[in-house]
Parts: sequence; C-alpha cells; structure tokens
Amino acid sequence: MDRPIRVIVAKPGLDGHDRGAKVIARALRDAGMEVIYTGLRQTPEQIVAAAIQEDADVIAMSILSGAHNHLFPKVVNLMKDQGADDVLILGGGVIPEDDIPGLKEAGVEEIFTPGSATQTIVDFIKNNLKRD
Amino acid sequence: MELEKRLLDGDKRACARLISMVENNNKEAISLIKKLYKHTGNAHVIGITGPPGGGKSTLTDKLVKSLRDEGKKVGIIAVDPTSPFTGGSILGDRIRMNDLSLDPGVFIRSMGTRGHLGGLSKATQGAVKILDIYGCDYIFIETVGVGQSEVDIVRTADTVLMIMVPGLGDDIQAIKAGTMEIGDVFAVNKSDLFGASKTAREIKTMLEMNHNMDRIPPVMQVTALKNEGIKELLNEIKGHMEYLKENDRLNKRRESNARAEIINLIEEEILSLILRKNESVGVLDDISQKVALRNMDPYTAKDEILRAIDL
Ligand SMILES: Nc1nc2c(ncn2[C@@H]2O[C@H](COP(=O)(O)OP(=O)(O)OP(=O)(O)O)[C@@H](O)[C@H]2O)c(=O)[nH]1
Ligand SMILES: [Mg+2]
Repeated sequence: MDRPIRVIVAKPGLDGHDRGAKVIARALRDAGMEVIYTGLRQTPEQIVAAAIQEDADVIAMSILSGAHNHLFPKVVNLMKDQGADDVLILGGGVIPEDDIPGLKEAGVEEIFTPGSATQTIVDFIKNNLKRD
Repeated sequence: MELEKRLLDGDKRACARLISMVENNNKEAISLIKKLYKHTGNAHVIGITGPPGGGKSTLTDKLVKSLRDEGKKVGIIAVDPTSPFTGGSILGDRIRMNDLSLDPGVFIRSMGTRGHLGGLSKATQGAVKILDIYGCDYIFIETVGVGQSEVDIVRTADTVLMIMVPGLGDDIQAIKAGTMEIGDVFAVNKSDLFGASKTAREIKTMLEMNHNMDRIPPVMQVTALKNEGIKELLNEIKGHMEYLKENDRLNKRRESNARAEIINLIEEEILSLILRKNESVGVLDDISQKVALRNMDPYTAKDEILRAIDL
C-alpha cells in the first residue's frame, strides 16, 4: 500500500487517563501511520462520526473503566449501520480474559491488554486491513 | 459515477472517501473535480494560522458553532505536520472540535502534510474543492502553524485569519515581515490572559505603519475558551468577503491563487516525471554519486536529467 494507514485512536467511556492511548498513538505514528487522536471521553457516536469523516482504515479504542462490554460492540454496530464494514476495529485497555471471546464475537477484531508490545499492534494492523 | 451522486446528495462517507482519493492522487477523483469544477467557488474559504497552541482549533470550533446557528453548512480541514523520517503523524486538532463531530452540517477532516513544505498538504486544495462540491458555505483551513511556513494559506484562502496571543510583547517587532502581511483579519485570542489589549494595540500600530495597504486589517480581541468576541470576529471575517466583492477584488485574488495553483501542479508533474524516469534506470543515483565525487558538477547533472526525459 503506497499511502499511509489512517487510524482513529479514541478513548470512549468516562475514565480520565489517556496515557496508554497516547503511547499507542506515538507507536503507530512512528510506524508511519496517520493517527487521528480524538481525546478523552468520546461517545461511540462521536468515534464513529470521526472514523467516517476521516475515512479511517482502523479504529483503535482503549478503555480502563470497565465499560468495554457495552461500548466496543456499540461502535461496531454503529459502523455497520453506516454501511462501513471495511474498517478494522480494535480494543485495548484493562479487559478481563473472560470478556475477550464475547467481544470478538461482537465484531471487535482483536483485543490488546496492557502487556501487549506496541510492535504486535503495529503488525496486527498492517496484516489485517480490510481495504487497500 | 456512484460517488459523484452521493457527494452531491451530501453523503459524508462519499465526501470522506473522495478526499482520501484526492490525497492519493486518484484519477477518478481528479476527473470528478474536472467535471464539477465549474460549480465550485461558492464557499468562503477561510485560512486560520498563528503560533502553535495559540487556539486555532478552539477558535475554529467556536466560529463554526456560530455559523451553524445561522444554518450554514461548514467544512473544516485541519493540517498537522507529517514526520519527514517515518512518514507518520499525530493529527490532534479534532480534540478541540468534538462537539461538532455529530453535527450533520459540519464535516471535519484532518490531514498530514505528507512531505509538503508550504504549511498545508499538497492535497489541501483538492480537498477544498471536494468540500465545495459537497455544498459547504464556509470552509475553514487550519494550517500547521505560523513560523513553519505560511505561503500556501494565502494562495488557498479568500480570507486569512491570523491568530495571536497576549505576551508576544516586544517579540511582535521580531515577527517576520511575511506574517503581518498575510493576515486579512487579526484576532488576539486568550484575551482572558494578561496583556491582551497591549498586544492588540501593538499589532494595530504595526499594521498602520504598513503604507502599502488600501485596507488596514481589523484586530479583534477574543477568548475562544469562553466563547467571547466570536460574533464580532465572525462579522469581520464576513466583512472581508464583502470588501473582496467590491471592485472585482475577489476575482483578482482568486486569479492570482489559480495561477499559483497551476504552476504548483505543473512543478509536481514535472518533478514526478523526472523522478519516475530516472529512478527506474538508476540515473539519479549514478549522477548524484558523480557529483559527490566531483566527477560532475550539479549544473551538468541537471542538464543530463532533463535531457533524459526529453524536456
Ligand atoms: N486561557 C485561554 N486558553 C485558551 C483559549 N483558547 C484556547 N486555549 C487553550 O490553548 C490550548 C491550545 O488550543 P488549541 O485550540 O489546540 O490551539 P491550536 O493553535 O489549534 O494548537 P495546535 O494545532 O497544536 O498548533 C488549549 O489548552 C486550549 O484550551 C482562550 O481563549 N484562553
Ligand atoms: Mg490545532
């Protein structure tokens, strides 16, 4: 692909820390991607609106507050409602092992927990894009 | 041409996809612009520049909200620098405009400069045209910030809004000549902070000293964070467009902008022709090596390369 990959990095939910999200944003930038950083406390609707207007290839969300089971699938469904099914949706943050299968079933392509190396995330994105 | 119909119908996904296509120099998007170009030119294009962190995004957010109260349709293009080393970028202007994301009458797009040096990206002008066709009444362009370079914005916008902040003090004297000359409207943002009116006075004095101007740009004090002075600033921006519409000024400005854009496009095309041809045969590598080793001078090298593409 001879264009930069465009990634929305978003923090849905109410928790007030975005250090993790910023670390990811920088790692993706350093891997040559265009990262659209949308900041704290985004609603799923706002994240989807940003992804549509920015024509993003990827939505990467991080949640620490525990609302992932509700918020991640919501984003997946809102994207489907828009007919945008060519966007790779990823989740991260403090996510219990037990919740991961359900999230994947709901359409979140991969879940990265705090131990994940940033290179793993970069590689996953590069290998799993849904459009060229 | 399904995308064309959707764009004309105001479909945001189509608009977004077409802007990407323009950014990637896609033929289909270019031919769509060719076809519909005659319908563009209705939008008032406003360039916003000023020092990094001066409040460009916050102020854009407030100006756009005010235009939305009037029912206007608005496009925003926010440009941030791309790293020349990795080709990546973090585009963070949306953070200040999140309330606008869901507004059906607003379209926000972040762009990386992708190696272009004039303060915007190479594709910004194309994106402006897409937003114009999409039906925007106003299009705001936030540059990467003054000091980096402000050449592009003058050539792209109808009105340049120059944002300053208090405390520039004596530094105003040091502001590069070009900076003061490109502003059509000045705003001293962060007027809640100490020294705002002094800064505004100093800017006014500097502008009045400039005898070449047949119109002295207004200097407004605003506090974007508190939504203060926004209506008044917006009126001055609209006033500048009224001024342009008198005496054929708008056409003249757009003519000189068009000239710059055409020359730019030609330069790009020629450069990419040269690089494509020479790269494929490795000529550029060879010649550069010769020049480095003093076996050839750069002027002869240039002649050889131009001959290779038969210019
Ligand atoms: N005190 C004060 N702070 C403001 C005002 N307007 C914006 N800010 C703050 O200034 C900081 C930068 O604002 P932005 O709108 O991101 O500025 P910018 O010029 O777009 O910044 P870059 O795009 O990074 O160059 C933020 O923390 C804003 O909250 C204001 O009127 N008063
Ligand atoms: Mg900004």
